[in-house]
Order: sequence, then structure tokens, then C-alpha cells
Amino acid sequence: MANPAARSFLQVASAEEAAPPLRVVQIEGLAVLKIIKHCKEFSPALVTGQLLGLDVGSVLEVTNCFPFPIREEDEEIEAEGANYQLDMLRCLREVNVDNNTVGWYQSTFLGSYQTVELIETFMNYQENIRRCVCIIYDPSSSNQGVLALKALKLSDSFMDLYKNNNFTGEKLRAKNMSWVDIFEEIPIKVSNSALISAFMAELEGDSPVTQCDYDRLQLSSGPFVERNMDFLIKCMDDLFVEQQKFQYHYRNLSRQQAQQQAWLQKRRTENMARKAAGEEPLPEEDLSNPIFKPIPEPSRLESFLVTNQIANYCNQINGVSGQSFSRLYLMKALHED
Amino acid sequence: MAASGDAVLQFPSSSTELSARVQPLVIFNICDCYVRRPDQAVRVIGTLLGSILPDGTVDIRNSYAVPHNEFSDQVALDIEYHHNMLLSHQKVNPKEVIVGWYSTGFGVNVGSALIHEFYSREVINPVHLTVDTGFNNGQASIKAYVSTNLSLGDRPLAAQFQEIHLDLRMVEAERVGFDILKKQAVDKLPNDLDGMEASMQRLLSLVDTIYEYVGNVVEGRVPADNNIGRFIADSVASLPKLSSLDKLVNDSIQDHLLMLYLSSITRTQLSLAEKLNTAAQIL
Repeated sequence: MANPAARSFLQVASAEEAAPPLRVVQIEGLAVLKIIKHCKEFSPALVTGQLLGLDVGSVLEVTNCFPFPIREEDEEIEAEGANYQLDMLRCLREVNVDNNTVGWYQSTFLGSYQTVELIETFMNYQENIRRCVCIIYDPSSSNQGVLALKALKLSDSFMDLYKNNNFTGEKLRAKNMSWVDIFEEIPIKVSNSALISAFMAELEGDSPVTQCDYDRLQLSSGPFVERNMDFLIKCMDDLFVEQQKFQYHYRNLSRQQAQQQAWLQKRRTENMARKAAGEEPLPEEDLSNPIFKPIPEPSRLESFLVTNQIANYCNQINGVSGQSFSRLYLMKALHED
Repeated sequence: MAASGDAVLQFPSSSTELSARVQPLVIFNICDCYVRRPDQAVRVIGTLLGSILPDGTVDIRNSYAVPHNEFSDQVALDIEYHHNMLLSHQKVNPKEVIVGWYSTGFGVNVGSALIHEFYSREVINPVHLTVDTGFNNGQASIKAYVSTNLSLGDRPLAAQFQEIHLDLRMVEAERVGFDILKKQAVDKLPNDLDGMEASMQRLLSLVDTIYEYVGNVVEGRVPADNNIGRFIADSVASLPKLSSLDKLVNDSIQDHLLMLYLSSITRTQLSLAEKLNTAAQIL
């Protein structure tokens, strides 16, 4: 006798479970090394690749990855790209690698990765996979001794907004969204199998100094900072252009409103004259008049992205300055003896 | 037993000093494939990709596993898979070519000779890498071999695997940070300041060690070694003696402070611009 309160198996199976929010991305050391190798070999060109792994609860595990060949802008090579992907997935399946796509990775140059293409790629992936993540690696930061690996995801509210392609001021205010809400950064955890940690422990004892230390303790951070400032200034110019667009739009809007008011006044006086003469009053609105055509508001997406980039550059500059301070004080102390 | 006259057992002259270099990614790949092998396989076999450097060293940079079946005396290798993977990898990086093959497990056996022969049809003088995942002898051993053919007169007798020198430098892994790669789980990636702190602590401990050593030598507890003494003298002398060092350091510090100020101003500007853009209401 089935308890009416209990659901049948079919019901439970078909009910959509709310996915727990993604809290952590767990990458294997193997995938990290592969990403680093691929991005470094082709730097400064920007390269991408696919991430494979498993989606478990609130953890997204990335167990392997493979690089994409550099594609020229040619229509017929699109099909080749898809074929390459299928081939790789099939071959990796045969050696028992998880051939479940969980996202993609791309290399960047000094952190200038927030572009419309990134968002579009996210939307493409999101249609097929429930949860996907993008890993960004910056090979130029690694020369300063920092492992610049980041996991990004588009926030849900932003995705809804993007689907409706609606970036006007009121909508954004209604959702209380600002430029920080576009991308969500997810913390990364690195895991390794027991076998590989045993190997690493054997092969490299604890040497007192590593290459990483040499990189970090180098005094010259000039070129890196210069390039950062350069990009920052260019982005400020872009931001200025966007703001100009808004100002232009506002001016047009207020001009249009003034015109509308003037026209309405004229209509009203006309109607009064007609009423006095006993004729039908004319309608107070006339949609065919171009004055009443609503001017489209410019999309705020670009300015948000540019703002994100600027914030990124500022963060990087802060980080490098902090490091340089420590180094300079260390130098000073060494010389005081 | 054929008496072949004056045939002499010929040992080919030992080849020139061939050595190989392995990147840490290859080891990671091999271990991962070993962990994921199908249940009935005892060992994993795969192809090594890389390049040959101008001085003759073989640089092994990448690898992929190839499914195979091993019976008592015969080995069946999935050649089509091998070619497919090779083509796919070369689409990404055309400079990586086959340089040899690897197998897990200790030592070389009959099957290996057959596989080696197959690979020597693909590339001249392939390198055979064995990665001991079973930790025989209680230690991890990674060895590289090349094979030379022993022949008696005109008849091939056997293939002799000679070990060659293997360079396991882990520069890449060092950059990433051994702590991340050694432990089984690292909770979060260290950010810049943490790394800086770690490096400085290491430097400090190095200085302490040297200080102790010098103290010991002066007090006669440890016999003096002239080479080390010279090294220490050289490093201390390499600190430049600039009289205007203070000024230089202060100038640099001021420059960095200026940049920090600039970036704070920029951020204030950003929040201001955002307020103006979205908060303005059109009546």
C-alpha cells in the first residue's frame, strides 16, 4: 500500500534537483602542468584548450585537459576543429580518462581577458553543460614567481540579463548589479594522486632554494609594471569613450524631451482653438512624428567589461608593488652591515 | 650449431654519449595513465614525444598512452590509435615528434624488445624509458635505454639495451611550486605575498647556515674547506658597494608608492563613474 506522502521512484527521478552552488574547483597537478606547458610554449600568442573532469556536488573536479590547435580564420577549418575535438575525446576515452567536458582554459596577456568573446563562449558552453568553468592562466606573471591561475564563472544574474540582451539602466538598478557581479572567481584546490606524490617526494628532495625563489627575489620589475601601466592607460581611454557615448545619449534624450514638450504645447493650443471653433480636438499624441521615437539606450556591457579590466590591472599593480617593497627593504637591510 | 667459419661476435662500438632529458609533465602523465589502466593490464605502454636538441640530447616533452595486450610471448599494440593520437598532437604542436616509448615496471623483458623494434621502424634510435611504479628496491627509479643490435656475422642475435644518462631536471615543477605538486591536496593556491614570505624565509635560513658554518670553522670544530671559503668570499663580494644606494632605494620606494596611489585613484574613479552611469534617472 503506497504511502501517498511518499513519491514514487519515477517522480523522484524526474524531479529536477537544484544544483548546489559551485564552491571549489579541484584541479589535478597533471592538468596544471599541462596548461602551463601549453600556454608557455605559445606565449605571447593566446591559446585555448578543453578541460575534462567530473562534476561532483559543489566541487568541480578537473582531471585532465587537452590543447586546441591554433585556428586560422577560415570557414572550412571550423569543421576540422570539431573533428579534432571528437577524435581526442574518443582516444582519451579508450585510456579511461574522464571524457566529460567541464569547461575550457585560455591564456591571457597581463590579465586583459574580459572581452565579449569570453562571455559568448560561456553562453555557448552553458547551453550544453550545466556547470562549466573557465580557467585563465597568465604566463607573464609567472616570470615574477607568482602562479597566476584563476577559475572564473559567469554569475547567474548576469546570465539572465545577457539572455534578454538588456543592459539599460533601470534593469541593472532593479537587480542591483554592478560591474563586480559579472564574473565570479572560484577558489582552486590542487590535488595529486598518491603515486605521483610518492614520485615527487623521491625525485626531488627538499632543496633549499628553487627557481621560483630566484624569480621572486629579482629586483627588476620595471618592464612588467610598465606594460601594466600602458594597458591601464589604454583602458582608461576606452572607458572615457564609453562615457562620452552616455553623455551624448543623455543630451539627445533631453533635447528630444524638450522637442516633445514644445510640440505638445502647440497641439494643446491648437486643440483649444478647435474647441472654440467647435471641431474635433486632435489627438495629443502622434506616434508617426519622429520626435516621439524612443532613442535606444547604449548598452552598458562594454563599459562593465572595461571597468573589470581596469580593476584587474590595478590589482596586479598593487601586488607587484607590495612585492617590490619587500625586496627593496631586504636590499637595504643587506647593505646595512 | 652452424660453424660459420670466421664469423666474429660483433659488438657495435658504443655510441657517443647520448643522454636524455625528461620534463616533469611526462612523469605525471605516465603515473596518471598507470593509475587509470584497465584492470587486467599489468603495465602501461605509450609513446614519447619530444625533439632532438642540436647537441644530440633527446628532449622528452610529452607522452600519451597506447592501449596494448600482452600475452606470454606476444604483444599486440593498437597502431591505429597510436597514429591517431600522433596526428592530433601534431596539429597542436608540429615540432613534437616521436622520440621513443615508455613502459611502467622495472627492467626490460621480451615483450619490450618486440615493441622496441616496432618503434625503431618509426624513428631511428628510439629511447626506451622505464618508470618503476611498483617501487621495487624501495625507491623510484626512472631509467632510459637505447638498444643496439648484437649480430653474429649476418645473423641478428639479440638486442642489447644500454642505459643512457637521464636528466630529470624539474624547472617547470619548481616554478609551480613543489609544495603544490608533492602533497595530495593543497587547499588554496598561495598568493604573491605568501610566496614572497616563503622565499625570504628560505633565504634567511641559507644565511643562517652559512653563518653557523663560518662560526664552526673559526672555532676549529669543522675542518676548513678552501673551496667553500672562496665561494662565500665571492658571494659576499658580489654585493655592490654603491655609495648612493640609499638614494636609489628611496627613489624606487617612492616610485612604487606613486603607482599605488595612482591605482587607488583609478579605483575611486571607477566607482564614481559607475554611480553616474547607473544611478542617474531619466525623468
